[in-house]
Amino acid sequence: MKEFLGLPLDASAHGTQIDQIIVITHWLMLLLFVGWGVFFIYTLVRFRKSRQQQADHVGVRSHASSYLEVAIAVFEGALLVGFAIPVWSNVVSAFPSEQDALVVHVVAEQFAWNVHYPGVDGVFGKRDINLISEDNPLGLDRSDPVAEDDIATINQLNLPVNKNILIYLTSKDVIHSFGIPLLRVKQDVIPGQTIRVWFRPTMTNDQIRESMAKRYTISRGQIPEGLVLSVAMDGYQASDGSLILEKGDYVTEDVIEQLIAEGISEVNAAPDTPMEIACAQLCGLGHYRMRGTVTIQTAEEFEEWLAEDAEYLEW
Amino acid sequence: MSDEETKENSTSPTEAIETAGPHVAAPHVVEHLELGFWRKYVFSTDHKMIGIQYGITGLLFLLFGFSLMLLMRWQLAYPGEAIPFLGELFGPDRMPEGIMLPEFYNQLGAMHGTIMVFLGVVPLAVGAFGNYILPLQIGAIDMAFPKLNMASYWAYFLGGVTMLTSFFVPGGAANSGWTSYAPLAVIATMGQTLWLFGMVFLITSSLLGSINFIVTTIQLRAHGLSFMRLPFFVWAQLVTAFLLLLAFPPLEAAGILQLMDRLAGTSFFLPSGLVVSGVPLEVSGGGSPLLWQHLFWFLAHPEVYVLILPAMGIVAEIIANNTRKTLWGYKSMVYALIFLGFMSFIVWAHHMFLTGMGTTISAFFQTTTMIISIPSIVILTALFLSLWGGSIRFTTPMLFALAFLPMFGIGGLTGLPLGLAPPDIHLHDTYYVIGHFHYIVAPGTLLALFAGIYYWYPKVTGRKLNDTLGKIHFWGSFIFLNGVFMPMFIQGLAGVSRRLYDGGAIYAHAQGVLHLNEFISVSAWLLGLAQIPFIINFFMSMRKGKKVSDNHWEATTLEWAATTSPPLAHGNFATVPEVHRGPYEYSLPGHKKDYTPQNERVEV
Repeated sequence: MKEFLGLPLDASAHGTQIDQIIVITHWLMLLLFVGWGVFFIYTLVRFRKSRQQQADHVGVRSHASSYLEVAIAVFEGALLVGFAIPVWSNVVSAFPSEQDALVVHVVAEQFAWNVHYPGVDGVFGKRDINLISEDNPLGLDRSDPVAEDDIATINQLNLPVNKNILIYLTSKDVIHSFGIPLLRVKQDVIPGQTIRVWFRPTMTNDQIRESMAKRYTISRGQIPEGLVLSVAMDGYQASDGSLILEKGDYVTEDVIEQLIAEGISEVNAAPDTPMEIACAQLCGLGHYRMRGTVTIQTAEEFEEWLAEDAEYLEW
Repeated sequence: MSDEETKENSTSPTEAIETAGPHVAAPHVVEHLELGFWRKYVFSTDHKMIGIQYGITGLLFLLFGFSLMLLMRWQLAYPGEAIPFLGELFGPDRMPEGIMLPEFYNQLGAMHGTIMVFLGVVPLAVGAFGNYILPLQIGAIDMAFPKLNMASYWAYFLGGVTMLTSFFVPGGAANSGWTSYAPLAVIATMGQTLWLFGMVFLITSSLLGSINFIVTTIQLRAHGLSFMRLPFFVWAQLVTAFLLLLAFPPLEAAGILQLMDRLAGTSFFLPSGLVVSGVPLEVSGGGSPLLWQHLFWFLAHPEVYVLILPAMGIVAEIIANNTRKTLWGYKSMVYALIFLGFMSFIVWAHHMFLTGMGTTISAFFQTTTMIISIPSIVILTALFLSLWGGSIRFTTPMLFALAFLPMFGIGGLTGLPLGLAPPDIHLHDTYYVIGHFHYIVAPGTLLALFAGIYYWYPKVTGRKLNDTLGKIHFWGSFIFLNGVFMPMFIQGLAGVSRRLYDGGAIYAHAQGVLHLNEFISVSAWLLGLAQIPFIINFFMSMRKGKKVSDNHWEATTLEWAATTSPPLAHGNFATVPEVHRGPYEYSLPGHKKDYTPQNERVEV
């Protein structure tokens, strides 16, 4: 059912539980719809006027439908008590302690995601709306001693795999919604409030690309559906031995031309940035382009990235 | 009914007759009391004329709101490409060189929702059908407050004009969605101010109408028409009126508060410390954006039932009539309806599961949401079961009414995952939601409203709509509505957000389902074409349609006891009917004809 529904890949520890409820409710929906549908079609044919000249004033005399309704109510109750409420209380609202998690602040604005890491000291520096400028969208007060090592990025969220991530969400202007479909995360970001959201990624971006890799049949003049924004997962050579496409290169129209010229008709590829932050709440004219990318890395890669970014702060 | 009985009925003195004066007893007197053109057709206080006014205006707004979406669908199918022929007509502020701007896209989106809900469906379902049919079905000579009724229409009209005007002010129409969430709506362009004024007019209109429907139904029922003899349609309108009466005032208040935030410098919905485009916003702050959401959804969830209940009422009437049997479980349907109306006031925060809700509150609203699904299932099941044992006539209105059942079923069932908080994490604000509520309102309510038009058109005009055109209209609408909305579930499950100007073109997770946008758009345009037979039929049949008798469908309810196209000026019945039986006495055993009207006294 999950494949049939076309749910995207899930790279989080808790996502399975959400997907499970979606799958169960769709089974129930299917069952009821098919049940009603069969009854409906049969009844329309069976009791059409040409076959049934005289109607029966009363019609159905059985009370089976009452039992059916009770059954549905019981099923919904079970879904509620057995799945929905526990998932909310044990997963969504069961925040890890700050010691046990990587804490990141994300400040939304029209139309970007500002990411704030505390740096080596693990303490977030002060932010002040009066310091907000083009170079300092967070309004970070660098004169604050604990702010010196803070790292700020825009639309780029790097996170280590298999670690609890606790994000504090705030907004500078209007309501946004912090959605990461591949992590089954979505949380409205409301100005005037600090709202937490947490999750634990279970796959690195490399692993995600590996598992999303697909062979696409290519033809001249167009990039096939689903291949846009994708990178090659294999290298492709021309007959003279030169490399047309290296693993990790974008599959562009030009490249497709070259591949076809070499008689290659399939390319193994996956999305370049599979993990995205998608704003899910209308936030103005640039809502559609309020996209951030998430890079899930191994712990070592993440530390390296932090160190690298910290170096920029030196000057 | 024999002539003798008719006389007997008319002699039973009721207040209604006295207040109505001579033209009730003798319709031909109306000619002498002929009102001038303005009082008869424009500033009319007659419920039927007001119903017609509501109907025509509502249909025009439906067409207009639909056209806005047809424009948006171009941008979604072919992002950034110029709209052929039409695009340049919109000017450089909206579509420079024919290419839609995101600003204009957002205006179209907000106004599509607003117009379809508040200016199209509700005025048609409640204003038109309620006004025209309800007094006839309860045997009343008019609504209880005819002048209030006129005021209701004109408040609606002003609201509509205000909304239309807003397209032409600097910055264009409202562009913050039909939900108008603060702070976005508060800092939006001038169109939002007009939107709020427009809403105040529309809410006022609905409040005036709702109190009128309640009083009319309670006070003006014909002699013998007890509550459990009311046609299901009347019940649906009565419950709807209560919803409007109780749910709209908070939104009216909220609308005025938002106006104050925009015009008077208050901060009801603005928190402290806002920075817009890098500049701190000079407001006092201290308000709450969530307060708006609560006030808005406290109306807007009952509003969903305002959209659907009259549709269920219409469908129930048509199914009983065309199966030639009584509704199955009429009483349980009525109780379910009342329960549904009550519950609709305590589910609103299921629209807000992702605003940072804890377990307790989310558990409460998930529970109420699951509970409210039960009466909906009861009503839908009763309608399905009503078909069993019937002698089903596939008339044009019946086709529309039958199609309503599975379509509403899909809409209701897809509400299940959305009503639970955890699936909302994935599905909230995606196309899945769009698919869900459109299945309720478009293939659901709209098909039911069309059913109602085909069913009652003979009562209004004395002529029947053409069946061939009607069937083309039906199959076209049915097929293309599904073509539009079914793929949206697929897009939503893939995680594609709603309200994206380019349909999600820049997102990797949308790539696999983007191609559906073109399919949806083409379906939408074909759906537009499928309405042409209806428009032709609607006007052509007024003059050339087949003339039919007073009770063309051989129905039992009181509106068919009135003369065809009942004369205006509060004269509905040649004789005020008296009710002797329940609403759906079809195919009673031992009777010669297969229907026994409610006002028929002696069984033949």
